[in-house]
Amino acid sequence: MLQQKHLLGLEDYPAEDIQTIIDTAFEFRAVLERPIKKVPSLQGKTVVNLFFENSTRTRISFELAQKRLSADTVNFSASSSSLKKGESFKDTAQNIEAMKIDAIVMRHPTPGSPLQLTKYVDAVVINAGDGTHEHPTQAILDMMSLQERFGKVAGLKVGIIGDIAHSRVARSNIFGLTSLGAEITVCGPATLIPPEIERLGVTVSYDLDAVLDWADAVNVLRIQRERMGVGLFPSVREYRSLFGITVERLERIGKEVVIMHPGPMNRGVEIDSTVADGDQAIILDQVLNGVASRMAVLFLLLGGKI
Amino acid sequence: MKIRTQAKQIVLKGGTIFDPFRRTLETGDVFIQEGKIKAVGKITGPEGAEIIDCTGLIVTHGFCDLHVHFREPGREDKETLKTGTNAALAGGFTRVCVMPNTDPPMDSPEAIRFVVEKAAELPVHIHPIGAMTKGQRGNEISEMGAMKSEGAVAFSDDGFPVANGQVMRLALEYSRMIGMPVINHAEDPLIRNEGVMNEGIVSTRLGLPGNPDVAESVMVLRDLELAQMTNARIHVPHVSTARAVDHIRRFKNNTQLALTAEVTPHHLYFIDEALMTFNTNLKVAPPIRSEKDRVALIEGLKDGTIDCIATDHAPHTIEEKEATFDLAPFGLIGLESCFGAVNKILGRQSGLSLETILTLLTLQPRKIMGFEVDLFAENCEAELVALAADEEWVFGENDIFSRSRNTPFLGETLIGKPRYTITKGIVAESG
Ligand SMILES: [Zn+2]
Repeated sequence: MLQQKHLLGLEDYPAEDIQTIIDTAFEFRAVLERPIKKVPSLQGKTVVNLFFENSTRTRISFELAQKRLSADTVNFSASSSSLKKGESFKDTAQNIEAMKIDAIVMRHPTPGSPLQLTKYVDAVVINAGDGTHEHPTQAILDMMSLQERFGKVAGLKVGIIGDIAHSRVARSNIFGLTSLGAEITVCGPATLIPPEIERLGVTVSYDLDAVLDWADAVNVLRIQRERMGVGLFPSVREYRSLFGITVERLERIGKEVVIMHPGPMNRGVEIDSTVADGDQAIILDQVLNGVASRMAVLFLLLGGKI
Repeated sequence: MKIRTQAKQIVLKGGTIFDPFRRTLETGDVFIQEGKIKAVGKITGPEGAEIIDCTGLIVTHGFCDLHVHFREPGREDKETLKTGTNAALAGGFTRVCVMPNTDPPMDSPEAIRFVVEKAAELPVHIHPIGAMTKGQRGNEISEMGAMKSEGAVAFSDDGFPVANGQVMRLALEYSRMIGMPVINHAEDPLIRNEGVMNEGIVSTRLGLPGNPDVAESVMVLRDLELAQMTNARIHVPHVSTARAVDHIRRFKNNTQLALTAEVTPHHLYFIDEALMTFNTNLKVAPPIRSEKDRVALIEGLKDGTIDCIATDHAPHTIEEKEATFDLAPFGLIGLESCFGAVNKILGRQSGLSLETILTLLTLQPRKIMGFEVDLFAENCEAELVALAADEEWVFGENDIFSRSRNTPFLGETLIGKPRYTITKGIVAESG
């Protein structure tokens, strides 16, 4: 059992519970390797995937996790623009709750909305990404992938590369990894490093080569081209030359660094295609571990039986 | 709260009278006849007068708030002059200045007259502040002279910073000509950008867009430079940052500028850590800042850099504040909780004397606007409050008299509560 009813974020989330989720995820990972990949653990439970923002990958990953656990799943997509037009967030939440469901997996563009949701519903709430705040299941699957590769997370040196300021993946990874005892360096353009981030227990660097030289693994974030339009970085060309994970750069380092990416990738921008498809990358393991991690979260929060 | 018409003769009996004008503090009685002060001191009789027992209470000038939003006309679902008046009475306020960001904005003599006429029959003195620019659009200065004639007491586009420095300069020059203060909501809109809370470690943790302290301080500095150049009167509203306090202090020390400033109870009470709960009632402009800023604001009050307390009472509907954090509007209500909050922070926690705190709520704001300040003088219209200054109480829904409920003070233990508010022929009595 986990200490908290919901999974809203990894900030101040108990380290032992993160570890429990990861350990449980490995058990489900074994299930996913079997010919019959379905278990009856959550039979009779209903989970709603409430997505206020498009994210096919995350939704499919959650949906698959729910189906593998034999839960009933419903997808509800609402664009946030319809909310702006007057349908209140509270109404949507209460309508779904009224249909007697057990859990809500929510993706929403606004930080804090999952916490707000817990005030309007009794169901278990799982945050599938709240704007630029947190994306806890992504960080859990990242940590699971690191543990799979290195045997443990504690003591690992992990670089997080790219737009830290606007990344929920970065935040949840920082909270989770520091909690499990990894060392973190964040690296990206100064305009995309949020203020006082050192106070979260990370080091800031603008020198990608030095970070690659130091790190056991790097998590490469997707760079959003919209950020360029408002001058947060000058050009894709310059971004790639300073912060792109290129073949040449990795060759120059002359040591193995594990490469992770939460997807979807901008091949040729933050990461070269050859790198993404190469031996050092564990990007597809992350995808599979994502299903296993989400199964573990759902299973533990909904009190399923093996 | 019970509101009743004043008896012909009232004696406030046995209170501790604090006169901020003479700065005297002594036990005594106040005799009010037909709404006017008749005598202060040891009073016997008169026969048949209503006696209000003020034993254990502080009797002082009614509070004066230079910064409230009463939303009328246009957003009567949030507040009206009448409901705002009730909130004021509950908070011990007898005089308020209403900001012009109504719908339509109060940018004309007709709009000013509407408020003045409507307020005439209400038991709190309500003074309109006229818009500084037409439509509060920040492009063209408004008819300040005509608005002054109808009763406007200052000019402001509050809610909207005047971003155009040339327009600000013209507004200052023009208002100086008619001897009126200008109040600019100082937040550089481009530096503030999309910010919804203070920029710092807390915004970094929450992933919310930050509004850095310099967004305020660069515009305050610009305004002070322009006011000095034009020799105008300027009042800086809701100072929230240590940097802005520094600028104001420097100008007060080194220039002859007619410069005044206010701070809100919420900027004295809360820090950005409180936003970890994503409470939309703490979403306000300027934002709740860091502890370092909060301490600087208190220092600014102690050394006279900041002149007075003003609530920036800004009602919004429950529906609006139930939205997600990005969509919820900026602002919170503050009249009812004001004294209990500032008395707790400034008195109990920061060592300011009760007399100083009361002066910040009474004499100081009245001086800034040129209102009557000798309120215990014989024949002065009674505008008083009697307070239980040491009472600890938990601020709850029942203490709200505004039409709106958007306050982060719900559930907070406050120290000091207005008991009687006496103004314009009525006595408002709180439980
Ligand atoms: Zn303002």
